[in-house]
Amino acid sequence: MFAILPNKTRAPLLALATMIATFGAAAEVSTDESSAERKGLEIAREADRRDTGFGDTSSRMEMVLRNRHGEETVRRMRSRTLEQKNDGDKTLIIFDNPRDVKGTAFLSFTHKKGPDDQWLYLPALKRVKRISSSNKAGPFMGSEFAFEDLSSQEVEKYTYKYLRDEGFDGRDHFVVERIPVDPKSGYSRQEVWFDKEEYRVWKIDFYDRKGELLKTLSASDYNQYLDQYWRAERLAMVNHQTGKSTDLRLKDWKFQNGFSEQDFNKNSLKRAR
Amino acid sequence: MFFFERGRSKPRLFSLMLLAVSTAFTPVSAGELTGFMSAESRLFPQEGLYPEQSDASISVASNIEYYRDWDDYRQRMVVEGFARADSADSERTHADIRELYWWRDLDQIELYLGARQVFWGVTETVHLVDVINQEDWVENIDGEDKLGQPMISLLTQQEWGTVEVFALLGFRERTFPGKNGRLRSPVPVDKDRTRYQSDREEDPIDVALRWSKVLGDWDIGISHFSGTARDPILRPVSVDNEVVSLAPYYPQIEQTGLDLQMTKGAWLWKLESISVKEKQADRNTALVGGFEYTFFGVAGSSADLGVLLEYQFDDRRGIRATANQNDLALGARWMLNDFQGTELLAALSVDLDQGTRFLSVEGSRRLNDYWSLEAELRMFSNMHGEGPLFSFRNDDYFQVELRRYF
Repeated sequence: MFAILPNKTRAPLLALATMIATFGAAAEVSTDESSAERKGLEIAREADRRDTGFGDTSSRMEMVLRNRHGEETVRRMRSRTLEQKNDGDKTLIIFDNPRDVKGTAFLSFTHKKGPDDQWLYLPALKRVKRISSSNKAGPFMGSEFAFEDLSSQEVEKYTYKYLRDEGFDGRDHFVVERIPVDPKSGYSRQEVWFDKEEYRVWKIDFYDRKGELLKTLSASDYNQYLDQYWRAERLAMVNHQTGKSTDLRLKDWKFQNGFSEQDFNKNSLKRAR
Repeated sequence: MFFFERGRSKPRLFSLMLLAVSTAFTPVSAGELTGFMSAESRLFPQEGLYPEQSDASISVASNIEYYRDWDDYRQRMVVEGFARADSADSERTHADIRELYWWRDLDQIELYLGARQVFWGVTETVHLVDVINQEDWVENIDGEDKLGQPMISLLTQQEWGTVEVFALLGFRERTFPGKNGRLRSPVPVDKDRTRYQSDREEDPIDVALRWSKVLGDWDIGISHFSGTARDPILRPVSVDNEVVSLAPYYPQIEQTGLDLQMTKGAWLWKLESISVKEKQADRNTALVGGFEYTFFGVAGSSADLGVLLEYQFDDRRGIRATANQNDLALGARWMLNDFQGTELLAALSVDLDQGTRFLSVEGSRRLNDYWSLEAELRMFSNMHGEGPLFSFRNDDYFQVELRRYF
């Protein structure tokens, strides 16, 4: 569900990846626009393929929000995700802190195409409200993460272009530009660093609608689950224009929770604790 | 039952039972105590219409909730209690069990047993289809504070929608301000004179049924309620040709409701409608419909501004009249999306027949993880000599509430 969710896969896919990498090197020489786009898309597809089949996950999230004066505030929540075969994932987030929003729960059905469906449960009123999902560019819980940064990253949500190779921290990366399809996105484009070995995302530069660099996301502390799926434990988002930043810690990743469709609807949203 | 079986199977069954019970109550699954305490002050700048009414009040309140899950999250117990002590109005000093129920997941069916709060509907300015719980009117006149309703309820989720069936056990009377309280009728409501149309007085079993489904952009609900109305008719009680009090009368009704919301981009289109047939009276119709539109990220900031417009219609007249017969409500919701979660909600309702106006402004701001501040302003203006709000004409108020969550 998060921006940072590619994974490792088995031998056949590794072979394919090597082929893509080789093909990529050739494309660099020819600097053909359409082949750069093809290669960008292939990288995104490969990253997506490697994360397919995870089934469901749960994790605890702790967000430390910092303003430019260094003042901090903490948001705590829990997240559950159910993978969908032919559509975007279903996600449930339960808020624990601050206490005045404790018990509030958020349900999202992401779609590969078209707007997502979202509901909010307000515990004081025992009320479930369908809310507008067009707030993609808005801040999630007052943080530097926008809703669109945290929602399921479907291949179809962007167009791609391979830019270059770049190494840092002892890893080789593909740098891919992706342009959001949805005009409501807050970004004109993003630059994403995928490592060549596992197709994990290590860094994203976000450019605002005016084309200026807005934010940088850095991922770290990756762990592998079920011998395949990689999940980062730390996501740091820095806003270059405001000086604010948010550190997101993702702890206690669990796979194979046995979640079903019945755990992700308006009725279960009311019961979510 | 197994305890009473004879024969060799008994010890094994007994130990199995013990195991099941001990598993049920060991903390393998979740449970938590949460709640808040609050101090609130209400100020009424205008003098009350009646000399015994107070001009200011201070009160303290607390809401505490405990829940425990067991049986691999297939069973849950919830207890939620509320209490308030008020300096001015003894009727506002009250306590209620908001929820006290046991929930059980039976594969295809979910069972609820006990007192619950159930919310139905989609609109913001009137809640027409929301009929399960009685209003805790002394808490707030917005109808969003409700008394716990004892029930047995079953829920099933199918391809064709979610169906809930309710048997509502016992009736909760609406709370009303006492003679020292504000926001009351010219003479106090005397609950000792409460009457019911039903022969069974206070113990009728009311029933309700609801079907709901999400169809793409549409959230649809159809419901039916058969039983004792939650809204009483207030009948004047006269002694020597002088009205001394109002006696609540709860008629029997059949009420069918529809609630619809269409969510398209930043637009939410909403409709609620009810058809009410009171026993030995006419059939009536009420509806509320409108939209909410949100401007996300106003002027490049992270703040959102939502505007809403709802039209209210109700053809109940005379003693059954509501305050929403032919009214237009305009509202704005301003969310700063800052560290403090600052929010402001303003709504103005205008009666299109009489020109009476009701203004409500609510604001809230978090002080830190545990403390928050809420404020509320309510103003009644251009009131005329008829309509349910006329006796509130001097009851504009400002309220501040400080909450400590735990």
